[in-house]
Amino acid sequence: MSRTPPLSLTNVSVSYGRRPVVRDLTLAPLPGGRVTALVGPNAAGKSTLLRAIAGLLPARGRLELGGVDLSTLSRTARAARIGFMPQALPQGVALTVMETVMGALRAAPLPVPLSGAQVEMRAAETLETLGMDGLALEPLDRLSGGQRQLASLAQALVRRPEVLLLDEPTSALDLRHQALVMAILRRLADEGRLVVTVLHDLALAARHADHIVVLSHGACAAEGPPAGTLTADLLARVYGVEGRVETCSRGTVQIVVDGPAAGWPRMRGET
Amino acid sequence: MTLRIADRPAGADAAVAGYRRLLRRRVALVVLIALAAMGAFLLDVASGASGLSLAEALRALLAPDAAPRTTLVIIRDIRLPQAVMAGLVGMALALAGAEMQTVLHNPLASPLTLGTSSAAVFGAALAIVLGIGLPFVPPNWIISANAFVFAFASMLLIQALSRLRGAGGETVVLFGIALFFSFNALVGLLQYVASEQALQQLVFWTLGSLGRASWDKIVILAVTLAVTVPFSLAAAWRLTALRLGGERAESFGVNVGRVRLWALVRVSLLTGAAVSFVGIIGFIGLVAPHMARLLVGEDHRLFLPASALTGALVLSLAATASKLLVPGAMLPVGIVTALVGVPVFVLLMFGTRRA
Repeated sequence: MSRTPPLSLTNVSVSYGRRPVVRDLTLAPLPGGRVTALVGPNAAGKSTLLRAIAGLLPARGRLELGGVDLSTLSRTARAARIGFMPQALPQGVALTVMETVMGALRAAPLPVPLSGAQVEMRAAETLETLGMDGLALEPLDRLSGGQRQLASLAQALVRRPEVLLLDEPTSALDLRHQALVMAILRRLADEGRLVVTVLHDLALAARHADHIVVLSHGACAAEGPPAGTLTADLLARVYGVEGRVETCSRGTVQIVVDGPAAGWPRMRGET
Repeated sequence: MTLRIADRPAGADAAVAGYRRLLRRRVALVVLIALAAMGAFLLDVASGASGLSLAEALRALLAPDAAPRTTLVIIRDIRLPQAVMAGLVGMALALAGAEMQTVLHNPLASPLTLGTSSAAVFGAALAIVLGIGLPFVPPNWIISANAFVFAFASMLLIQALSRLRGAGGETVVLFGIALFFSFNALVGLLQYVASEQALQQLVFWTLGSLGRASWDKIVILAVTLAVTVPFSLAAAWRLTALRLGGERAESFGVNVGRVRLWALVRVSLLTGAAVSFVGIIGFIGLVAPHMARLLVGEDHRLFLPASALTGALVLSLAATASKLLVPGAMLPVGIVTALVGVPVFVLLMFGTRRA
């Protein structure tokens, strides 16, 4: 596929009810064909921003994909271009993995309609690319945490979106599954897609992302490639920790956190 | 990645083939439930207090010209309307429960637990105890009309309240529970002031009985089903996607708010029509969908019909049992439903866990 045009955010504000979560945010355009990591401390507005881009929350300001204002797209047109993977799927669902992935295609009209057989085949192929074909007929509820995340990823991928938004796809995963998910995201970006993922783990972001956006209190604290964006100063300022950012012999940025930063709110009795 | 477990499909083609086998098996299961429901319906028609044998009853049903007049009257005017009503009410309540559980993301949602049935009882109680009814309604329809209006209005009220508060499955359920207790208290108040005769009538109405079945009521319920079912089936994939969460479905391009609203409108119509004609039959709307889920999963193309047919099956069996349990008497079917349904449900739970 051709490379997805950049996604630009200009003066974007998002509120939950009356509480503003993202305030007047303007970012450098997020590049297509790259993995962008959205990082920041708890309650920085990462998931909220992701949902607003996906069209799940109303946003003020301009969200544009290659110059097209996303707010002018119909619900189905937007869903055809932008895929979203939520943090978790609900429990107690008596659907097989295959049915959930087919559901992703059948729930709403597609720009190019597919026949029943095409839907089945595309769902199965998507599962195969994720190594999940063996679990196609397994009920969602019998999967492990890692397998559930891959099933959820398959539901987003089967729609072949240009933009893929992921909300902490690696949370609660073991090391192997973390590496697997990040490798899959890399492959998707190499195909030309625009991948934006919320990550909690800075080390994972530093190792696997091309571009990093650091959010703090709903505003952008830093953006750019991992090296140069993640700094000791940033760790202190945004996360309130004292840490070191070093470059290893293979050129990867590594982060070591030594402790809470001086001046950070102390516990009672601490001097 | 190279390790494969033998009985699992490997590769996309095998996954598709496996899925089609599973789908065929489940379609066959739905057909089987339909046949069982038909069987239970015939059994219901063939059983009763008048001592007709099964063969006599079936003969009268299949070849009415050859049957004696008394047999024909019993079958056509008493048993058949009640049996048809049992099947239709079972379908309506189970379908309503299935859609409710899906759109509210709550396995405990049912017309009874969300106060719809209580609202219907309150409407009926207003007519029975205080004689308050809608204008221009013929006297023998006042109770049913009141029950329907209150059941329907209660669902709309729940919808409106949760929209104001910011929609979401849990909010709807909480408002439903509040409504359940409010209407129960109001009914209690009416019972307290009711005359002895009115109280007796109200209690009997509340218990749920097929004895009030008649062909004109059957037509109304059948039309309600005929109008709502096509819309339910048309929404099957949207409802299936909704099982993965509102945000997930929304990200596929589904207008979740609209799907939920229309599903609850269908639920209100079905519940209102069913409850207003037979009173409260609580168990079906809650448990028939769970039985269907255990048998065919939650692909709503199969889950919705399976729920409706399971509802018809259980209520037909309960109606049969209500005539046979105490010889010569017909127990209110609302009481028997749970007595018949619970063992079936428990057996099914254990059966599928082992499998």
